[in-house]
Amino acid sequence: MTPQDTASLLVRLGRFLRDNPIFPLIILLLALIATLEFMRPGIVNERWIGNTIKFAIPLAMLAACQTLTMLTGGIDLSASVGATITAFVMATQVPIMGAPLAICIGLVPAILIGLVNGFGVAVCRVHPLIMTLGTGLIATGCLQVYQRFVIASGSVVPDGLGWLGTGRTWGAPNALLLFVPFAIFVLWLQRRTGFGRLLYALGSNETAAKISGVRSWQVYLALYALSGLIAGGAGLLYVGLIKAPSLSLVSPLLLPSVAAAVIGGTSIFGGRGGYGGTIVGALILTVLGTLLTLMQIPEGTRRILFGLIILAVTTIYVRLTNQR
Amino acid sequence: MTDDTPLLMASGVSKRFGAVVALRNASLTIRKGEIVALMGANGAGKSTLVKILTGALKRDDGAVEIAGKDERIGSPAAAQRAGLMPVYQEPSLIPDLSVADNLALGGTPVDDFRAWVEELGIKGLRLDDMIGHLPLATLRILDLARALASKPKVLLLDEMTAALPTDLVENVLRVIRKQADAGQAIIYISHRFTEIAQVCDRATVLRDGETVGDLEVVEGVEERVIELMLGSALGAGAAASVRPPPAGPAHLEVRGLTLGKKLTDVSLRLHKGEVLGVVALEGQGQDELFGVLAGLIRPDRGQILVDGEAVAFRHPADAIAKGLTYVPGDRADGLMMMRSVHENIAMPMLARFRNWGPIGMRREAGLVNDAVERMQIDTRAMGEVQRLSGGNQQKVTIGRWLAMGVETLLLFDPTRGIDVRTKRQIYGLVRELAEQGAAVLYYTSELAEVPAACDRAVVLFNGSVVDVIEAADADEQTLMRAAYGLREEAVGA
Ligand SMILES: Nc1ncnc2c1ncn2[C@@H]1O[C@H](COP(=O)(O)OP(=O)(O)OP(=O)(O)O)[C@@H](O)[C@H]1O
Ligand SMILES: [Mg+2]
Repeated sequence: MTPQDTASLLVRLGRFLRDNPIFPLIILLLALIATLEFMRPGIVNERWIGNTIKFAIPLAMLAACQTLTMLTGGIDLSASVGATITAFVMATQVPIMGAPLAICIGLVPAILIGLVNGFGVAVCRVHPLIMTLGTGLIATGCLQVYQRFVIASGSVVPDGLGWLGTGRTWGAPNALLLFVPFAIFVLWLQRRTGFGRLLYALGSNETAAKISGVRSWQVYLALYALSGLIAGGAGLLYVGLIKAPSLSLVSPLLLPSVAAAVIGGTSIFGGRGGYGGTIVGALILTVLGTLLTLMQIPEGTRRILFGLIILAVTTIYVRLTNQR
Repeated sequence: MTDDTPLLMASGVSKRFGAVVALRNASLTIRKGEIVALMGANGAGKSTLVKILTGALKRDDGAVEIAGKDERIGSPAAAQRAGLMPVYQEPSLIPDLSVADNLALGGTPVDDFRAWVEELGIKGLRLDDMIGHLPLATLRILDLARALASKPKVLLLDEMTAALPTDLVENVLRVIRKQADAGQAIIYISHRFTEIAQVCDRATVLRDGETVGDLEVVEGVEERVIELMLGSALGAGAAASVRPPPAGPAHLEVRGLTLGKKLTDVSLRLHKGEVLGVVALEGQGQDELFGVLAGLIRPDRGQILVDGEAVAFRHPADAIAKGLTYVPGDRADGLMMMRSVHENIAMPMLARFRNWGPIGMRREAGLVNDAVERMQIDTRAMGEVQRLSGGNQQKVTIGRWLAMGVETLLLFDPTRGIDVRTKRQIYGLVRELAEQGAAVLYYTSELAEVPAACDRAVVLFNGSVVDVIEAADADEQTLMRAAYGLREEAVGA
């Protein structure tokens, strides 16, 4: 093969990947699993798969917040706080008012955070990065104040959430019961509804959307409120998995949730990508986590490697898909 | 190098984008002091060839010789070192930086640049102006001035004049003629035959990515060029039907519109079934007039009436709700470049809150295909609008409103960068829409379009309507005099 052939092959490969971004991701995922199996023969079994999915699901849900906001060129850095607040408020309210009501009460602050984000982004035109960072900090503060008032009542994670978070039925994690409909809903929203199209439109060219008659504030408000709601849901599921509500419960998932969306091919500049890739991205990150844990390297090195691998994957990906 | 060695010679150039063959066998030769027109229908491959010659794209095959030596031209910088300087079809200065910063980035000598800007007729440019705040026509001139300031041997101008009003076009043509006489070689792309006839020595014609002819520009060559371009003769255009002046109440009426120093007391009336042209030199208030009517700018004073009812637009959505739809002059303002043709056309249908729900995919596909067919959009690269040729992108901006059905259409230079045949189709389409009861306001930077597309035209000068001219009297000379504010007839709007 001459260098020119190789070059044109690469170009064509890049084009294919750009049009079908999910394929290389799935291949990468399979390669990671194969590596794992190679390092520890026998590890990849039904139980392991179940566990991986179980841990990937809350991450994938939180990453939905990032994906949807990133489609408009935004981001939701308050998602982890929204999730934590929902989980914490819910768990502390269960002893007082029972599970169903506590869950509803828990979701309220998450949606409120979202509405404030939406208001700031849409009406005050604050950059989403700053806006959501700000609301996240404020909400964390509020949660600390709240904690002082409820210390006495203690906290309980309802059995139902525990069942959903950790349980299995016929080997499959129960969390799928929530996640599969959720994922289908998000994919449908993004592809088949006017709202979804508007997200892409705002991310591609806000002026064009405006000229077409889109009132962007409505979209932003709805989007960030929805993101808050999803974050709350992720928090509920995650506390069912971890079973120990704390003030920093979901924080470790924030940056991985952004990474999952980016690895999944969603552009942080908006207008490109989708939730399908994000789900695979979340799986990739979870498997990668296991792989690095298995290698028994110290925590510091592990983080460095984790960061490097994410950078490498994204760089290669961007290079392949942006050829001239 | 003897005097006869071509300065630039490309032969057998080919380029594919995935399944799309943009160029299959393109050749081009230019000598010192020549101005060569590069002609071809929308999507023929003109811009692709320019990009290849200037290092922005890599060719798949073919040879390029500069002054008799084989050259690879691997990058824009390499092209510039070899003396090749382009002005691309889309403005290429960075919108978020000031003029001065942009110049610094490209290493352009500032004094030369300023001199060229003056020479090309843009007065009062401040170097700390943000690029993103400047009108499109000014940006094109800045692009050209920047290219000229780098003193290239070969200048490649890709639809440089498509967004320019007459006065600026005249300046550009004068300047490049002078440059050619001083020994520069210029490759000139335009869909306007009058310009070609005025300055070009030869015309190289591309069809479907292949060079199909190379002709001297002499009297009457136009027919021949069109035949080569399209592969068939164009035929006579439909004679503009003479329509009686509209009677009855106006559909859209503007009274005493005033906006800062840009618009003073503008009044006009537009009837159903009427195509009203707007003619103006650069910066006479046409941008603002359309901006106000589209709901993008709020006027200081004045009234807009739709069917006799006073309306106020706070957002384009308000204007659309009253049936006023706007096709912006700058494609970059109208299109979502990364998204598909389908999504771009369907956009306005989904804009309103009540359409946020499920999309009727089949119905939508039907409407979109309809618009694609009516506008004859090149469907080979539908996946992303940015992969379409400039002219086809322009068709998308118009097509999206057809899918909705139009009442009042505000067209700002809709044929910018569109080839002869498609232009005819667009005039036909505008007429057809008018006959079906639409009211059309039609700004054009190309004066020859007025008699072809409009029933009558208002002339804007210095922010006021100074004249109304019937299509029958609208020859270029009359329009030109009026546009310069030289006609003295009474104003009757
Ligand atoms: N990046 C790309 N990906 C896919 N197709 C492309 C890309 N760039 C250009 N094309 C295709 O190549 C063909 C030639 O495009 P080009 O822009 O050179 O046309 P043009 O002659 O300049 O037309 P116009 O008069 O409309 O500007 C078109 O069919 C276009 O869709
Ligand atoms: Mg072009």
